[in-house]
Amino acid sequence: MAVKKSTAKPNVSADELLSYYRDMLLIRRFEEKAGQLYGMGLIGGFCHLYIGQEAVVVGLEAAAKEGDKRITSYRDHGHMLACGMDPKGVMAELTGREGGYSKGKGGSMHMFSKEKHFYGGHGIVGAQVPLGAGLAFSDMYKGNDNVTFTYFGDGAANQGQVYEAYNMAMLWSLPVIFVIENNKYAMGTSVQRATKSPSLWERGAAYGIAGEEVDGMDVLAVKAAGEKAVAHCRARKGPYILEVMTYRYRGHSMSDPAKYRTRDEVQKMRAERDAIEHVRDLLVQGKHATEDDLKAIDRDIKAVVNEAAEFSKESPEPALEELWTDIYA
Amino acid sequence: MATEILMPALSPTMEEGTLAKWLVKEGDTVSSGDILAEIETDKATMEFEAVDDGVIGKLLVAAGTDGVKVNTPIAVLLAEGESASAAAQPEAAPAADAADKAAPAGGSAKAAPPATAAAPAAPKADTSPDWPEGTAMKTQTVREALRDAMAEEMRAADEVFVMGEEVAEYQGAYKITQGLLDEFGARRVIDTPITEHGFAGIGVGAAFGGLRPIVEFMTFNFAMQAIDHIINSAAKTLYMSGGQMGCPIVFRGPNGAAARVGAQHSQCYAAWYSHIPGLKVVMPYSAADAKGLLKQAIRDPNPVIFLENEILYGRSFDVPVLDDFTIPFGKAKIWREGTDVTIVSFGIGMTYALEAAERLVKDGISAEVIDLRTIRPMDTDAILASVMKTNRLVTVEEGFPQSSVGNYITSVVMQNAFDYLDAPVINLCGKDVPMPYAANLEKLALVTTDEVVEAVRKVTYR
Repeated sequence: MAVKKSTAKPNVSADELLSYYRDMLLIRRFEEKAGQLYGMGLIGGFCHLYIGQEAVVVGLEAAAKEGDKRITSYRDHGHMLACGMDPKGVMAELTGREGGYSKGKGGSMHMFSKEKHFYGGHGIVGAQVPLGAGLAFSDMYKGNDNVTFTYFGDGAANQGQVYEAYNMAMLWSLPVIFVIENNKYAMGTSVQRATKSPSLWERGAAYGIAGEEVDGMDVLAVKAAGEKAVAHCRARKGPYILEVMTYRYRGHSMSDPAKYRTRDEVQKMRAERDAIEHVRDLLVQGKHATEDDLKAIDRDIKAVVNEAAEFSKESPEPALEELWTDIYA
Repeated sequence: MATEILMPALSPTMEEGTLAKWLVKEGDTVSSGDILAEIETDKATMEFEAVDDGVIGKLLVAAGTDGVKVNTPIAVLLAEGESASAAAQPEAAPAADAADKAAPAGGSAKAAPPATAAAPAAPKADTSPDWPEGTAMKTQTVREALRDAMAEEMRAADEVFVMGEEVAEYQGAYKITQGLLDEFGARRVIDTPITEHGFAGIGVGAAFGGLRPIVEFMTFNFAMQAIDHIINSAAKTLYMSGGQMGCPIVFRGPNGAAARVGAQHSQCYAAWYSHIPGLKVVMPYSAADAKGLLKQAIRDPNPVIFLENEILYGRSFDVPVLDDFTIPFGKAKIWREGTDVTIVSFGIGMTYALEAAERLVKDGISAEVIDLRTIRPMDTDAILASVMKTNRLVTVEEGFPQSSVGNYITSVVMQNAFDYLDAPVINLCGKDVPMPYAANLEKLALVTTDEVVEAVRKVTYR
């Protein structure tokens, strides 16, 4: 992957490294469990796993403060876990149960948490981009210094509304960070088969928006870029674009036979660039943690995920009356 | 502990599949992510990966087996250091349990309550006055009434702002926002570039963020570019969030035919938006209703589609002189009481309905004329109460005939007042053609007062 090597790595403490390791591992184990529950028929419909891309949300959340907002597409489980939403509530939404964040009425693609400033979970490709600009507009209007992380994929980057949002975000200096999670494939269509643009973040130049490419398999590089973007937005300099080069190991959704790429390509990425292994190496080599420490973390995470899975099976289906509620406020 | 590997569901519709090929054999060590087997689903051949690390203890289903049901155990995975004999007695109970639990997830649609509520025995229309009797009145155009409504609500709450094309410096393409920029400034009266899809989305996002946007479309014809945000982002989010996240926003602007602007600028969207649960749809006729309903729309915590009409903008009506008044949604207005026939309309259609009722007096036909004012929620009680009295119904609207608002009203009346009908209901609509430009053809395409008179004669057999 042609990625400009990150130069500005922040000084990072052992505690921070451990917390990134934990957060990324939680996402991976959660998603593996979700895949399993899907296989058992407990999760239905579409289910888009985040495995491989964990460093993107964990790195950017490390750059956020309380009050900042986030919004994303349908590949949203990782974003929810990274911003502190309860794994039980997320998993129970996947199984369509009363204990889910949307009481079972939203599903994998449509979850929200006002408390954690997570504004969805949107199923229409690209729609979250103007919505994210609008969230940033609300903060600018109120005069606070919050920023909105607006995530979308390389596929959504070809939607016209993205550029309508870019134009107004720059025109009105909205404090929004456009995060392009470039995982190389829009469903089964590679970036190269969808555009002749040499890079996606550079399209912002047409609107005068600053941006950069980031190594999305390196959580420290993502965090450093996130901090730069956040400072730019908080200083009222307008929006910022981060094109984060990442990779999804699983199919686009559960029913993806993945004939558009080779098994070797996936295995090579897993073996050489895995974001979690990277932090694990830093921890062990830096003598910040022993193998036993890491095994203990693995066990803790497994317990959290198993508890979420149990909850998602035991939580009842929503009451039938729920069909008719929440249509109007 | 030995765990069973179950036949996975690999697509939303898969119930069984073919275990095409094993890529591991008994005794192999596997780690998470290794491919175990190839499985043919109803859609494609898929690679099935291991989720846990371990050793393959036993393959329970042979390669090439067809029709393997989802959740059938297909292999046994041993944990580190476990012997193969543990695989001989796989713990069957938990697996069966899992399958049991999986079952209800799929088959729960049975007990849904019926979609239509039981008919109200004797619907009673809410005929309470919209403002206290004896209130002083002044003459105002619909245009002025709409502007005053916005200005009053903007004075009352800082979260209310207006955005749209030419709403600020140009003072509104149809002068509805005249003077607002001077009073409220550029922070709250915001000119947008010509980018409906984008600014509708920004408006919805701002509403999620706690503001109360009024988004003006220069015409609702242009809102077609933004309809995804109106429907998918604004109308559905409250439901999809289990009630957490509402979207208090007003989308407003002229709707329907003006004059001689051709097919792309002359469509009525009342029926389109009224189709959507989660939206409220308002279409005022008079200036007083325009003001009271717009103020109500701005205060409403839900997305509201507010359909105005360019021809009505310049018409004058009496408007109550009150510091503050609103008209509730879902309350129709009876403009004329009558006994022989009910004419139901809304928006500019009211012009033809009222003219026809006046002309019918000379023929000795007493028409009751109902202005719906809001299409969703719809005051079906007012319609039913009137039809039970007159036994005849004509609906009047400008939109296209198929799946029209009138069609829906007819269905409500059939289900709730079938025995009261003395004639088939007539739905008058615009003609089933794109709006032509030529003056004579355009006239022909629109609903007319003559057609309303004719329809009333037909249903009253006179």
